[in-house]
Amino acid sequence: MTALSAAGRLRHALSALARHPEFRRGARDISGVAPGMAAWGLMTGVAMINSGMSVFESVAMTLLVFAGSSQLAAIPLIAAGAPVWVILATSFCVNLRFVVFSAHLRSYVMHMPRTLRLLVGYVTADMTYVLFVRRFAQPPADSAQRQAQLAYLTGCGGLSWASWQTASLLGIALAQWIPVRWGLGFAGILALIGVTCSLTTTRMRRISAGVAGAAAVAAFALPFKLNIMVAIAAAVALSLLLESPAPPDRKPAE
Amino acid sequence: MPNDKRGGHMTDWWTLAVILGLAVVTVVTRSFFFISSRPWHLPHWAQRGLQYAPIAALAAVIAPELVMTQGHLIASWQDARIYGAVAGIAFYIWRRGAGQAVLGTIVVGMAVYLPLHLGLGW
Repeated sequence: MTALSAAGRLRHALSALARHPEFRRGARDISGVAPGMAAWGLMTGVAMINSGMSVFESVAMTLLVFAGSSQLAAIPLIAAGAPVWVILATSFCVNLRFVVFSAHLRSYVMHMPRTLRLLVGYVTADMTYVLFVRRFAQPPADSAQRQAQLAYLTGCGGLSWASWQTASLLGIALAQWIPVRWGLGFAGILALIGVTCSLTTTRMRRISAGVAGAAAVAAFALPFKLNIMVAIAAAVALSLLLESPAPPDRKPAE
Repeated sequence: MPNDKRGGHMTDWWTLAVILGLAVVTVVTRSFFFISSRPWHLPHWAQRGLQYAPIAALAAVIAPELVMTQGHLIASWQDARIYGAVAGIAFYIWRRGAGQAVLGTIVVGMAVYLPLHLGLGW
């Protein structure tokens, strides 16, 4: 009885979110990036099968892990039979950028119960995070804004999860007919380029992007993709130094 | 499902346990700073700095994918990725503000990349 009413409440809450205009907005924003992400997901599916993982293992990995770069880093280690802690530590390091994002998102999600926060964390991959903080420069101030932001996250994160999973499963099914050398995964990079362009709204942000790109190339030899973290740290630190001292009431850069 | 492509030193249960562990890593890293419910606030300078984190992270992922091969800077201009990326960026600047400029960036970039990559082997 209790479980039934809990399920009913959940269904009611979800349908209210799906009717919110921000749900459509989130779905529309991610749909521009979805084809590139899908090509990337497709190639991740192909890579899992090509590494010697069974179909069942590949499907389980795609449905549960939902993290392209972490999966791509773990696949050769699994194939080589590396120790579990090495695989998990590698994945953690590749995912370190999400730890940075979670610090940013904390003030947006602390009003939610913990289970919902963890679910939001799970679906908030790179694109959902970037599009979400582009749409909402400030954490919610009242319950209407909370509902709007949750609706946007549901539309954006839900569609991104669904399209990534569909593409990865397709990649698993078609692995023997899609050679990696075709380079379809480049569409994923182009999707990232498009979103980066949409973020270059201020001079400081363009500088930040240039510094991060150069630092990531210069520090490429670091293990575990730590060059990404070095690049983020260098770009954020330099931007803070160069930023003109802001009056306390200034709005954050758009 | 039996897996005969790999050596016999691993079982599917081992791989499935690793996959479960990787899923936990996804949730823990993406939720890292909001798993705990204790009140806590980021210092103001960190909040300002984090405004630059999204674009920095994207640029850091993209740049090596465009100009490096096997961990080394590319030495040749005959690389399809550069022309694909330039075409995509040019399209974005041209169509900026219009709907689905990002989608156009992907389509135009691939339209330049694929013929060079598959046709000329760049």
